[in-house]
Amino acid sequence: MITCLSGNEAVAYAIKQINPDVMGAFPITPSTEITEYVATYVCNGEINTEFVPVESEHSSMSVCIAAQAAGARAVCATSACGLALMYELLYVASSSRLPITLACVNRALSGPININNDHSDSMGARDAGWIQIYAENNQEAYDNFIMAMPIGESPEVRLPVMTCMDGFITSHSVENIELLDDELVKNFVGEFTPEHYLLKKENPLSVGPYDLSAYYMEHKVQEAEAMKAAKARILTVAREFEKISGRKYDLIEEYRMDDAELAVILIGSSAGTAKAAVDMLREKGIKAGAIKIRVFRPFPGEELAKALANTKAVAVMDKSEGFSANGGPLFAETRSALYDLKDRPYLINLVYGLGGRDVKTGDFEMIFERLAGIIKSGETGPVYSHMGHRSKEAIL
Amino acid sequence: MSKMIRAKDINEQTAWQDLTPGGEIYEPGTARLFNTGTWRTDTPIFHEKECKHCMLCIPFCPDSAIPVKDGKRLEFEYMHCKGCGICMEVCPFPAITMVSGGEPK
Amino acid sequence: MAGNEMVEFRWHGRGGQGVKMACLMLAEVAGQQGKFVQGFPEYGPERMGAPITAYDRISEERCNIHSFIYFPDYVIVVDETLIDSVDVTGGLKEKGAVLINTPSAPEDMRSKLRGWKGKIYTIDARRISEEILGQNFPNTPMLAAAVKVSGVLEPDRFLADIEKSFQYKFAAKPQVIAGNMATLKKSMEEVQAG
Repeated sequence: MITCLSGNEAVAYAIKQINPDVMGAFPITPSTEITEYVATYVCNGEINTEFVPVESEHSSMSVCIAAQAAGARAVCATSACGLALMYELLYVASSSRLPITLACVNRALSGPININNDHSDSMGARDAGWIQIYAENNQEAYDNFIMAMPIGESPEVRLPVMTCMDGFITSHSVENIELLDDELVKNFVGEFTPEHYLLKKENPLSVGPYDLSAYYMEHKVQEAEAMKAAKARILTVAREFEKISGRKYDLIEEYRMDDAELAVILIGSSAGTAKAAVDMLREKGIKAGAIKIRVFRPFPGEELAKALANTKAVAVMDKSEGFSANGGPLFAETRSALYDLKDRPYLINLVYGLGGRDVKTGDFEMIFERLAGIIKSGETGPVYSHMGHRSKEAIL
Repeated sequence: MSKMIRAKDINEQTAWQDLTPGGEIYEPGTARLFNTGTWRTDTPIFHEKECKHCMLCIPFCPDSAIPVKDGKRLEFEYMHCKGCGICMEVCPFPAITMVSGGEPK
Repeated sequence: MAGNEMVEFRWHGRGGQGVKMACLMLAEVAGQQGKFVQGFPEYGPERMGAPITAYDRISEERCNIHSFIYFPDYVIVVDETLIDSVDVTGGLKEKGAVLINTPSAPEDMRSKLRGWKGKIYTIDARRISEEILGQNFPNTPMLAAAVKVSGVLEPDRFLADIEKSFQYKFAAKPQVIAGNMATLKKSMEEVQAG
C-alpha cells in the first residue's frame, strides 16, 4: 500500500503489524508520537501488546529487559535524555543478550536543552553493545524496524537493536511510503522463539548473575563475537527483505561512488540532501559521490575502506560532537578503517547539524569545493572543524 | 541450537566458546555446588544435648548451612558454612560454640 | 504544475492556528493523488502564539533533500500580524506568489511586504471560518486558497480527496465535516489576485 506517513507514524505502524508482546512506555519529544499511536492501537483492540506505562525511561527499559528475559518480544521508543536515562539498562540488555528493539528518534542530548535533531544521543550509546541502524527517511525507518527483530533475535547474534531516525526531520515529516501487507510483515518477522526464557517451566533459568573477573572477560568476548556475527546476519535479513519489498539494503549505501574522487560520508536524513548535491555537481562534471552509513554498530570498516579505496579526498561528517578534541565518532571510526589502505585519500572531519542546525545542498557544494582544493594544493588544512555555525573566522 | 551447558561443567578454565550466553544459568540451586566452607577461619560446633530445637539459628544463618529434618535441627552442613558465628550469637542455649580454625574439632 | 518541476511552499503562522495540520494535509492529499511529497514543520519555542514555519514539497519525483525551504514558490501567511516581525517573502521566487489571510485587498498589502514585487493573493480566512464554523480556524480556508492559487492540485479532485481524509480524521465528530468542506469551497471562490 502506498500512502503518506510521518516517520513516527511509520514506526508505530510497523509495531502494529508486528504486534509485539510488550511495550515499555514513557514519552519524550520527538519520539512521543510512536508511544501514543501504539497506545491508541492497544486501546482500539487492534493489537494485544501489553502496554506498560512507567515513570521513567530507566523503568521503560527495565520493563523491556524483564519481558524479553521472560520470553516475550519487547519494544520501546525514546529520544535524547530518555536514552541517557536508560544508559545503565542498555548495557544490561545487551550483556544479558536480550534482543529488545528500541526506536531511537535522534535528538540533541542536553545541554543547553534543545529538542531538535542531532546524533549525540545514540552516539553516546554507541559502545553499549546495541546494534545501531540509521534511517534516511520514513521508508527506511519503517523498513529498518521490521528487519530489527530477525537480526537481533537470531541465535548467533542475540543482541538488542536500536533503529534510529532523525528527530523532526524524519519523525515529523510526512512523506510517501510503501507499506507492506500485514501478513507479509507478520511472516517476515515471525515468532520469537528463544531457546531459554524465564517462563519456560521445564527449565528454570537465571538471567544476569554476578560475573566474577574469572568470567566477565569471556562474556564480553562472546558479546564482541556476536556483534561481528551481526554483520553477516544484517545482510542476510536485508536480502530476505528485498524479496518481499523490492527494496535493497546494505551496511552502507554508496551513491555515485564508482568513479568518485571526492566523497562525503554521513548518517541519516542529510544523506538525501548530500545525494541531491552530488547530482548537481555531477552535472557540472565533478566526480563527487556520497556514502551513507546505514549500520553504525557493527561498524562496516572493511566495506567503507573498499568503497573509499579510489577516492582522493573525503569529508567525514559527524552530527554529534564527541568532544574528543580529535574529531567526531564517525571520523574516528572512518580514519581507523582507512589505515590499512595502501593509498589513503585526504581525510577531513566536519561536525555539522547540531541541535537542529539545518544543512542545505549549498553547504555540500562548499564541502566538495574544499575537497577539490585539498587535492589541488595537497594541503589538508584543519583536519577537524565545525560547519554551519557563526564565527568571526572563515569556516570551510 | 546450542547444547545445554550445565553449571557443574563450567569453571575458571572454561573457554568463552563453552560458556552460556551472558552467563545465563539453566538450572536452579547451583549455589549448592559452590564450596564456601573453605572460606572458614572459625568453626561452629553443634552440641546436640543442649539443643531445644527452637529453630532460631535456622533463619539467621546467611548460608542456609543448618539443615532441618522432621522438626529437628541437624548437624551443620560444613560445605556451605562460612563460620560467621551468627548462629552462636542467637542461640539462647549453650548448644553452639565456636572453635578457631576451619576444622570442626 | 508544469512538468517535473518541484513546487515548494512555506507556511507562516502562529502556534495553535493549525498551520502544521494544514501543511500536512496538503502533503497527504497531494500524496494520495500520486505526487511525491514532503510536509514538515520547523519547531521553535513550541508555544501558543509563537511564530511557526512549516513546509511542503510537491513533485513528480521523490525528493531526497531534507533541508528547510529557503527559496519557496509560494508563501502562505496564516496570520497577517506576522508580517511586521517576519520577512515572509524572504527568498520567495520572483515568479512565485504570497497568499495572505487578511480582509485587505492584495495591493493594500504590498507596502508591508519589504519590496516584494511579485504576485499577492489575499483571502479573508478568518471571516469565512467565523461565518461558517462559528470560530476562527484559519487553516482550512488557507489550505484551499493555497491549492487554488498554486494550481498544484486540481481543485475538484482536491475537494473530493480531502473530504475522504476528513471522514477518517473526524470519524468521532462527523458533524464538523460539512462545515469544513464549505469553508474550503468558499475560500476557493473568494481568494483575490493582485
